[in-house]
Amino acid sequence: MKLFRLRGGIHPEGRKTSSADAAIRALPLSPYLFVPLQQHVGAPAKPVVQVGDTVLAGQLIGAGQGNVSAPVHAPTSGRVVAIGDHPSPHPSGLSAATVTIEPDHEARWVDADLPADPFGLAPDEISERVGAAGIVGLGGATFPSSVKLKLSRRSGVDTLIINGGECEPYLTCDDRIMRERAADIVTGIRLIQFAVGARRALVGIEDNKPEALAAMRQAAAGNDVEIRMVPAMYPMGWDKQMIQVLLGREVPAEGRSADIGVLVHNVATAWAVQQTICLGRPLVSRIVTVSGGAVAAPANLEVPIGTPVQALFDACGGFHGAPARLVLGGPMMGHQLSHTSVPVVKGSSGVLALTQAEIGLTRPAPCIRCSTCVRACPVGLLPLEMAARIRSDDLAGAEAIGLKDCIACGSCSYVCPSSIPLVHYFNYAKGELMSQARSRLKQEATRKLAEERTARMQRIAREREEAAEARKAAKAAREAAAQAAAKTEVAA
Amino acid sequence: MRPIAHSPHAHAVSSVGRIMATVMLALLPATLFGFWLYGWPAVYLWAVSLLAAVAGEALMLKLQQRPVKPAILDGSGVLTAWLLALSLPPWAPWWIAVAGSLFAVLIGKQVFGGLGQNVFNPAMAARVMLLISFPLEMTTWVAPMAQLPGALDSLAVTFGGQHLDAVSSASLLGHVKTEFSRGLDLQQALAGHFAPLQALWGQRSGSLGETAALLILAGGLILIARRIITWHAPVAMLAGVALPALLMNLLAPEHYAGPVVHLLSGGVMLGAFFIITDPVTSPNTATGQLVFGLGCGLLTYVIRTWGAYPEGVAFAVMLMNAATPLIDRYIKPRIYGRTRKGDTLVPEAAKRDAT
Repeated sequence: MKLFRLRGGIHPEGRKTSSADAAIRALPLSPYLFVPLQQHVGAPAKPVVQVGDTVLAGQLIGAGQGNVSAPVHAPTSGRVVAIGDHPSPHPSGLSAATVTIEPDHEARWVDADLPADPFGLAPDEISERVGAAGIVGLGGATFPSSVKLKLSRRSGVDTLIINGGECEPYLTCDDRIMRERAADIVTGIRLIQFAVGARRALVGIEDNKPEALAAMRQAAAGNDVEIRMVPAMYPMGWDKQMIQVLLGREVPAEGRSADIGVLVHNVATAWAVQQTICLGRPLVSRIVTVSGGAVAAPANLEVPIGTPVQALFDACGGFHGAPARLVLGGPMMGHQLSHTSVPVVKGSSGVLALTQAEIGLTRPAPCIRCSTCVRACPVGLLPLEMAARIRSDDLAGAEAIGLKDCIACGSCSYVCPSSIPLVHYFNYAKGELMSQARSRLKQEATRKLAEERTARMQRIAREREEAAEARKAAKAAREAAAQAAAKTEVAA
Repeated sequence: MRPIAHSPHAHAVSSVGRIMATVMLALLPATLFGFWLYGWPAVYLWAVSLLAAVAGEALMLKLQQRPVKPAILDGSGVLTAWLLALSLPPWAPWWIAVAGSLFAVLIGKQVFGGLGQNVFNPAMAARVMLLISFPLEMTTWVAPMAQLPGALDSLAVTFGGQHLDAVSSASLLGHVKTEFSRGLDLQQALAGHFAPLQALWGQRSGSLGETAALLILAGGLILIARRIITWHAPVAMLAGVALPALLMNLLAPEHYAGPVVHLLSGGVMLGAFFIITDPVTSPNTATGQLVFGLGCGLLTYVIRTWGAYPEGVAFAVMLMNAATPLIDRYIKPRIYGRTRKGDTLVPEAAKRDAT
């Protein structure tokens, strides 16, 4: 089958071998699970339990709020011991609203209302159930899946693409889930395809995962699901890159893949959909790769949501030597963890403990304009030029040459021989522009309020004057009438 | 508190120093050939160039109170001096090398703000300065000879100001220009002066490291294979020289030399693979580099053929360096999801609906 040409991209060292052959194993429950109420893009969930409540596994503990949101569920049965702030896995390291559960180790599940035939459900019913199960994009984007499903059905997508790229170095969680649970994934894919009414379903898997390819091909045999081998490169897992290589279609800037009739989901999301629709299990655990040079025994763990990261490292034999950096997610787009008490959330694909040698970044040197970054950029931007403009505080100038189209994939920073932290520059500028825009809006609103107040005061003053005039006129009229009456009386 | 490090948390094995070292390695074959061909004076000239550049740059940074070590260790100054040395007449006196090297790293680079900031290729800027200021020393060539002076006698050549009349020889391009001015035609001028095979190996009079076409090509291919340069600029420059040469040669063979003569003489080969591929002073995009290389080639041909100087590579490169910001302004890659002008793409389906 024909593949289409890609632009840019890099070939970072895979470093997947240390965990790729480790079968998924379940991580035992931690003494406490810290379940944040915001694990997705959109509005945070609102707690629906109280401290002291006993909850069952899979029971709703936070309800989704608004159009773009996702509910959260109890990962196991136990008791709610706290609802409040706990360190969150956000890059800022700040705390966020969290429900803390003390497991009772009985794993009692809520009763599920299972359909006799999942394909007998109405397509919208599938989307509803996916939404109610709190499923979000498990590739890391954590966008609520039901929102995508409904939007795609409305705009009539013709092709469903399942992303098995897993292009980030170290990560092997998608590789393992495809090797071990291919049949369930294929069922999930068919359910999603049915829910949105897509004509075709394609699965793109990088050629560095031959076992996953074989397993998926075997599971998909006899179904309509097509398995495609795509070249291993970064960022193949960028949904738009996957669309380009498989279909040769380009999503318009600032648009969505649904605009060109395509819906993209991650393989692990497809598995979660199958678990929800066929088994009634909401999203309360995920596969996490634990790897990095400082981890004694890298592994792929099935982790209840809310498990502290420290428990994952402990289960992998701890560290040998002090790690130079802890990372949540992959090394290209993941973010640094300042400590290990933060919990695993729905979007956590990996936790890494890296040595200095693996990070390999030296001190930044001057840009020699070698344009390696230009060749690496999958979007077609000029990273060196944008960075130069941001350095001289010309943020608008950087925006004019495409800053907003940057996906922060890190390809440019990775290849830069001068080790310039290009993505850091871009994210700084994006944040700065956003806050400028926000303060402009604020100023605008303040100005409008002040203007309205002035107008109101003027109106009130005018009305007062007019009332006084009216009173004066009325008084004059009354007096005139009185005089006239007196005159008539006199005359009479 | 330790600052939070930004992603990516991995980095390719590459650095500015590594790039410079690889380029120097790629220059080594042509350089060693030059040493072999022109003897000890060439070695001395090369060494003096490098020393002057490093010393001058270190002093300048010291005076500016900027860190000296990283700037020296990145190897960019050494490489600049190396390239300049390769473009000098091999038996030139020491002060030519010193003046050129100091001009290159101080005026050509540090004055603009150091590595990455200069508009013009420092080596070419220095070469042009030397050619204009010291035309005699810069056009006194030495013919390859069987009996080269020894290491001690050579000191007198480089440092003693020994007169070179006895061994001097014209470069091919200079010779042709002189013969034209005497009213001879090309065939007569070239007779006994141009042998393609010799030119290919580099056994002719010329600059220290510009004559060995094959060895320079080998170095260039190493750089392409190591992904330090791309093929665009070199191929475009060679085409820019060869195509007009071919055309003019077909039109008037008695007056215009053919593409082989042009490609294998002067600094075209070194220029195409090592000078115009300098990242600092060349465009960012592949298309931009094609335009840039083509411009360098065409201007070289024009200056050689109709200009006052027999050789034009340095002038051509500097002119195109000046055009680089303009090229980068107008030639940019298309951004994903947008048209070349930057508007949002219209999906095929929407286009169908509209019509």
